[in-house]
Amino acid sequence: MDLLTLARGPILQWALVIFVVGTVWRLAGILLLRRKPDYTEPRSTHTWRGAANLIVKRTVPKREFAAQTAFGNTIGYVFHIGLAVVVFGFVPHILFIKSLTGLSWPGLPSGIVYVVGALTVAALVAALVRRISNPVMRLISNADDYFSWAVTIAPVITGLMAAAHWGGPYPTILAIHVLSVCLLLAWLPFGKLMHAFLVFIARGTTGALFARKGAST
Amino acid sequence: MDREPTILESFQQQGMSRRSFLKFCAAAASLLALPAARAAELAEKLGAMPRPTVIYLSFQECTGCLESLTRSFSPTIEHLIFDTISLAYNDTLQAAAGEAAEAAREEAMRKAWGKYVLVVDGSIPAPLDGAYCVIGGKSALASVQEVAKGAAAVIAVGTCAAFGGLPMAAPNPTGAVAVQDLIKNKPLINISGCPPIPEIITGTIVYFLTFGVPELDAHRRPKVFYGNTIHDRCYRRPFYDKGLFAKTFDDAGARNGWCLYELGCKGPTTYNSCATMKWNGGTSFPIESGHGCLGCSEPQFWDRGDFYKPLSAGLWHGSIGEDLGIAAVAGAVLGGAAALTARHRQDKTRTETETRKPEGK
Repeated sequence: MDLLTLARGPILQWALVIFVVGTVWRLAGILLLRRKPDYTEPRSTHTWRGAANLIVKRTVPKREFAAQTAFGNTIGYVFHIGLAVVVFGFVPHILFIKSLTGLSWPGLPSGIVYVVGALTVAALVAALVRRISNPVMRLISNADDYFSWAVTIAPVITGLMAAAHWGGPYPTILAIHVLSVCLLLAWLPFGKLMHAFLVFIARGTTGALFARKGAST
Repeated sequence: MDREPTILESFQQQGMSRRSFLKFCAAAASLLALPAARAAELAEKLGAMPRPTVIYLSFQECTGCLESLTRSFSPTIEHLIFDTISLAYNDTLQAAAGEAAEAAREEAMRKAWGKYVLVVDGSIPAPLDGAYCVIGGKSALASVQEVAKGAAAVIAVGTCAAFGGLPMAAPNPTGAVAVQDLIKNKPLINISGCPPIPEIITGTIVYFLTFGVPELDAHRRPKVFYGNTIHDRCYRRPFYDKGLFAKTFDDAGARNGWCLYELGCKGPTTYNSCATMKWNGGTSFPIESGHGCLGCSEPQFWDRGDFYKPLSAGLWHGSIGEDLGIAAVAGAVLGGAAALTARHRQDKTRTETETRKPEGK
């Protein structure tokens, strides 16, 4: 079996299995935890609205801190939106999702996806430079942060390399691209990348608590 | 003077002029994309050299490669076998049969020992001393090994000879192998394709006769013909870049030349010249006829999953839905167990705290 067939076949299949086991394990492990009983009188019963409200509000940077957080917020937005465009806008990726779930939607022209991919790489590199150069960021960073960064940027770089036919024969680079995606899928539930699922749960829980207490958000 | 006629003399003996010979050389040089100086060198060398002996052996194959070779437009098969080479053995094209044919091969081998070119078409079954393919009482395995001993070079024509091909498809019942798996000590050129483009077969033979082994890629294929993917030279490529894809065969998109990627075209991973040289004298090629590329010039193309699944689709073994369902249940059980353990720990801590309280009072 050649490398591409191996990557598209058993390795991808196992990576998806690890991804699902890990994600469901962590989500169930958190959601089934016992909640602390709260005996206080609720100031509001609209806790779901409070949850949704905070999810939206925390997505928009606070005006008071805009100047200090502008750079971090901008690169954060660029690479998060960039990743979404590349993953869900490139037709071969949509066809992969279709082969997995049966769902599909219209894709974007390849040229647009390549440009967005390049911007995403630039933003991810800027995020790493910021993490290393900022003393506070450096202090609070651990191996998980750096490894998660590496497994996130790897599929984008290898994808662009495959598109540009750079670094070797196309089937080999494509196989390396698929393998880098497999690594991302297998790692995602177990490191900080799990925030992809937990970010809205965490924000929603906080928002619901704030709503119950009547706190300002 | 008892000597073999040169290639130019062979042309002239057939009643053809030097101009015809130069036309043949120009066609071959153009096919090989040779610069002008090299084209003149090609004419000079071909004109002066005697026709080399070629022995063409066919094993586990469908004769499609030979069918393809006989449809070469430039250089034509007639020019090749009557004027350029001395085809000493080919069990399909030659008039002799049986023992006479085998005797002719042995005589040609003896006369041109160390100088002839061996062309192999088809894969070779290796187990049981090659018992699955026997011709004239001799196994394919023994034949290829015997003939290769005295060859100056070996050219494996077609994907079966180059990489094992369809006879090697799982479960490979005959234990078929490629020529390169058996012949290790001779210059070897693979001309893959199922079948290969006829002009690539003739062009490679002409190039080898003139300049020796051409520059080869990682699969030992001439780079001049296998240097680009079908996708990169495909006339439908602009539609891939625009994100316009045919959804079914013969829909409006397919007829308007939109990309066939969604219908399983393997052009992006296939190195060959189909999109530029085309077939039948440059008339068309499979993608132009409305069908995606099968990737037939690549190793293991026969066992790479569904021909009609897009290249980016997963090659799932069994049901991916069932696998992921089981994975989700396993994850839920693990997560539930983790939560239960945490709850149990909380209960234990609370009980211990409550038990200690009276003692502390």
